[in-house]
Amino acid sequence: MNIQEAKFQYLLRLGDSSLIIGHRLSEWCGHGPILEEDIALINIALDFVGNATSLLAYAGQTEGKGRDEDALAYLRDEREFRNLLITEQPNGDFASTMARQFLFDTYMFFLYEELKNSKDETVAAIAVKSHKEITYHLRHATEWMLRLGDGTTESHERLQSGLNDLWMFTSEMFDMDEVDAMLIKEGFAPDLNKVKTAWEKRVKEVIAEATLQIPTSTFKQKGSKEGKHTEYLGFLLAEMQYVHREYPGAKW
Amino acid sequence: MEDAKQLVAFEAKIAAGQKIEPKDWMPEAYRKQLIRMMSQHAHSEIVGMLPEGNWITRAPNLRRKAILLAKVQDEGGHGLYLYSAAETLGVDRTELLSQLHTGKAKYSSIFNYPTLSWADIGAIGWLVDGAAIMNQTVLARGSYGPYSRAMVRICKEESFHNRQGYEIMMTLAQGTPEQKAMAQDALNRWWWPAVMMLGPSDDKSPNSDQLMRWKVKLESNDAIRERFIDRTVPQAEFIGLKVPDKDMKFNEKTGHYTHGEINWDEFFEVIKGNGPCNAKRLKDRVEADKKGRWVREAATAYAAKQAKEREIA
Repeated sequence: MNIQEAKFQYLLRLGDSSLIIGHRLSEWCGHGPILEEDIALINIALDFVGNATSLLAYAGQTEGKGRDEDALAYLRDEREFRNLLITEQPNGDFASTMARQFLFDTYMFFLYEELKNSKDETVAAIAVKSHKEITYHLRHATEWMLRLGDGTTESHERLQSGLNDLWMFTSEMFDMDEVDAMLIKEGFAPDLNKVKTAWEKRVKEVIAEATLQIPTSTFKQKGSKEGKHTEYLGFLLAEMQYVHREYPGAKW
Repeated sequence: MEDAKQLVAFEAKIAAGQKIEPKDWMPEAYRKQLIRMMSQHAHSEIVGMLPEGNWITRAPNLRRKAILLAKVQDEGGHGLYLYSAAETLGVDRTELLSQLHTGKAKYSSIFNYPTLSWADIGAIGWLVDGAAIMNQTVLARGSYGPYSRAMVRICKEESFHNRQGYEIMMTLAQGTPEQKAMAQDALNRWWWPAVMMLGPSDDKSPNSDQLMRWKVKLESNDAIRERFIDRTVPQAEFIGLKVPDKDMKFNEKTGHYTHGEINWDEFFEVIKGNGPCNAKRLKDRVEADKKGRWVREAATAYAAKQAKEREIA
C-alpha cells in the first residue's frame, strides 16, 4: 500500500461513517418524540451529510481516478464501505438512537480535535468546521443521556439496554492498522490511543452521572476496516442508492 | 357580553392598519378564528414533513439530499414558530396536537397525496410551496401581529423552497427522456391538488364581511388562485412541461389564464378524510406521539429532579 492509497482509505473511513450515521438519523424525520427533536435530528443529519460530502470529495481527488463524492457514495457496494459498524446500526427506539449518537459523537469529538492538527491542510480545515458542529451534537446526545438515564424507570431501562446492545461495536473505533501507522508517521492522522483515553474517560463520567452502568460484555465485533459489515448495511445502501443507480449517468 | 366600546376601538385600530397584539382586547370570534387558522397552518407544516421526508433517504445525490434535509428542517421550524404564535392566543401546543391526533383539527389537504417519485419533491417545492407563498404573502398583511410577522419570515424561506423545487423540475425536464417523463408525471399528479389547496371557489366559500373587516381574510380564494396560475403556467411552458388542463387558455382581454373545471368533489372528499394518504399521515403522527410519550415523561421527570436539587442547594 502506498501513501496515496492509505489516505484514500482513511478518508473513506471518516466520510462513510458520517454518511451512514447521517442516513440513520434522517430516518427519524417526522417521527421524533417531540417537534424540537424532529428538527434537531434532521439538523444533525444535515451536518453529517455535509461533512461526508467534503470528505468523500477529497477522497475522490486523492484517489485520482475521476470519482467524485456521488460516485463514491452511490456506486460502491457493501464490501467497499468503510464506515464503523456502530454507525449502521438501526435506530431502534429513541434511547437506542441516543446511545449510538453519544458513543459515536464522543469518539468523533475527540478524533476531530486531533484531526484539526493534521499536516494535511484540507483535512485540518474540514476538521475545524466539523468540530464546531460535533460539539453541539455531543452536547445534544449527552443531555439526552442524562435525561433518559436519570428520568423514569422506563427511560433508564431502555437506555441501559441500548448501551448494552451497542457496546460491542465501540472497540473497533480505536483499532489501528497499516493505514493508521503510515498516516500517523506522516502527521496526517492521529494516534487513536490518545482518542481512546479521552473517550473512555468522558463516556465513564457521563454514564455514571446518568446513573447507568458500563456494559459488562467483553465481546468485540469488528470488521469495518475490511468492509465486513453487519447485515443492516446492505438494506441501507439499497435504499440510498437505488434512484441514482436506476438512471446511470443522469444529472440531478 | 363583549364591550361594544372595545369592539369599536378594536375595529378602528385594524382599519388604521395597526396590528393586534397578544395582550390587546379582541373579540372571541377573532381569537377562535385565528387559533383555527394558525393551528391548521402549523399542522400542515409538520404533516408536510412526512411526504417530503419520504425521499430524504433516497435523494439521488448528496447535494439534493442536503438541500432536502435543510428544507424539511425549515418546515419543522415553521411548525414550531406557528405553534408558538398560536400559544399567544391562550391555547397550548399539547392541546392543538391532540386536536390534530383526534382528527378534530385539519391540515392542508395537499399532504394527503403520496410522493411516488423523486420528481414529486420538485413538484412540491414548485407547486405546493408556490401556492402557499401566494396565500401567505396575503396573510402577512393580516391584522394579528404574531401571525403576520410569522408569515413574513416563513415566506422568505418558502421562496427558497419554491426555487429549489423549480430547479429540480428544470433539471429533470432537461435531463434524459425518463427524467422528463418523471417530471411531467409529477406535474400531472400535483397540479390539480395544488390548484385546489388554495381553498374552495368563492361561490362555495362565501367570505364573511366580518373576517374581511378584521383583516383575518384579505382576499378571496379565487383571486389568490388566479395569481398562482398566472405565475405557474408560463414557468411550466418555459421548461417544456404541460399543465394537465386541456381548457387552460390565456385570455388576452383580462390578461389572465382561464382554467378548466376544478373537481371540487375530490377536494371535499379529501377534506373529509377520503384522500389517498389521510389515514397514513394521521397514523404516522399519532404513532410518533405515542412512541414519544415515555421520552417526554422522562424529560419532565429529569427536569423536576434537577429543579428539586437546585432548591436543596
